[in-house]
Amino acid sequence: MRRDEALFQYLLRLGDNALVLAQRLGEWTGKAPVIEEDLATANTALDLIGQARMWLTYAGEVEDKGRDEDKLAFLRDASDFRNVLLVEQPNGNFADTIARQFYFDAWNVRALDALRRSQDARVADIAGKSVKEAAYHLERSSDWIVRLGDGTEESHARMQAAVDDLWMYTGELFEADEVDRLMGELGVGFDPETLREPWLDEVKRVLEDATLAIPAAGHMQRGGKQGVHTEKLGYLLAELQFLQRAYPGAQW
Amino acid sequence: MKEWPLWEVFIRSQHGLAHKHVGSLHAADAEMAIRNARDVYTRRNEGVSIWVVKAADITASSPGDKEALFEPANSKVYRHPTFYPMPDEVKGI
Repeated sequence: MRRDEALFQYLLRLGDNALVLAQRLGEWTGKAPVIEEDLATANTALDLIGQARMWLTYAGEVEDKGRDEDKLAFLRDASDFRNVLLVEQPNGNFADTIARQFYFDAWNVRALDALRRSQDARVADIAGKSVKEAAYHLERSSDWIVRLGDGTEESHARMQAAVDDLWMYTGELFEADEVDRLMGELGVGFDPETLREPWLDEVKRVLEDATLAIPAAGHMQRGGKQGVHTEKLGYLLAELQFLQRAYPGAQW
Repeated sequence: MKEWPLWEVFIRSQHGLAHKHVGSLHAADAEMAIRNARDVYTRRNEGVSIWVVKAADITASSPGDKEALFEPANSKVYRHPTFYPMPDEVKGI
């Protein structure tokens, strides 16, 4: 695999993670449990859209086939998306949304921190701009895990169910494939395996604070990074892409 | 969520010297109130510092006492610096 091909895939993964999660968070707008949370969730979504734009713009330049951030976001089909399965999982109840966010944030902060030291100046720059936002997201999602886990009997039960249900989508974050390996060797990216222990330590610490049990090890789902998604992504993209598909080139 | 107390939010802006009341919000405790204030009231780079205080902890003057509290000051013009004529030689006032 050539450097540019691998880099294009790598950038799509980073951009699609942020884009798909932002779209999910946007689904809460207008119906979050309280107005303060409505705004905070939308803020997080907007931060992630900002990150997605930077990654996808660079991806389009690396690919060099005339696709900009909008073409990549609105005109690719599900099998061309490279986000991990975790971020496409539905919002569920508020505990499900928080568990998904916490697992992702705890990874994203470390991934962006590693990418700040990338040999690729553009990657390092985007990561440097994004890492402070990600750190705030992690503070917020950790806080909610503890509040709900160590809250009422019902919130504890729902939070435990949420961290258990989503656990099987976390393995993929740490599995290296050909793209990861090449990017690691070239000093552009990092070895995802190296994030596993620090991520696990943090997750354990927060879940313990929240009086929640660490989910039992079990079978892990994978495939998102290679374009094999759950059926849920298709519905998400239908909503995200409808306008550009129905009215190609439409602008504000 | 209905039992979450109301908090008053005060923000010190980039060049402001004092915290200014900007609004209120609901939160379970002070820590959450600070986070919520950050997300609700500082989205456009408004502030460098946030204070939150439980609305219930604020003691306010009663509107009915307005005259007794504030009216006496009206007749005391000498409390304003403009009451005193300044010599022309004094600069920078």
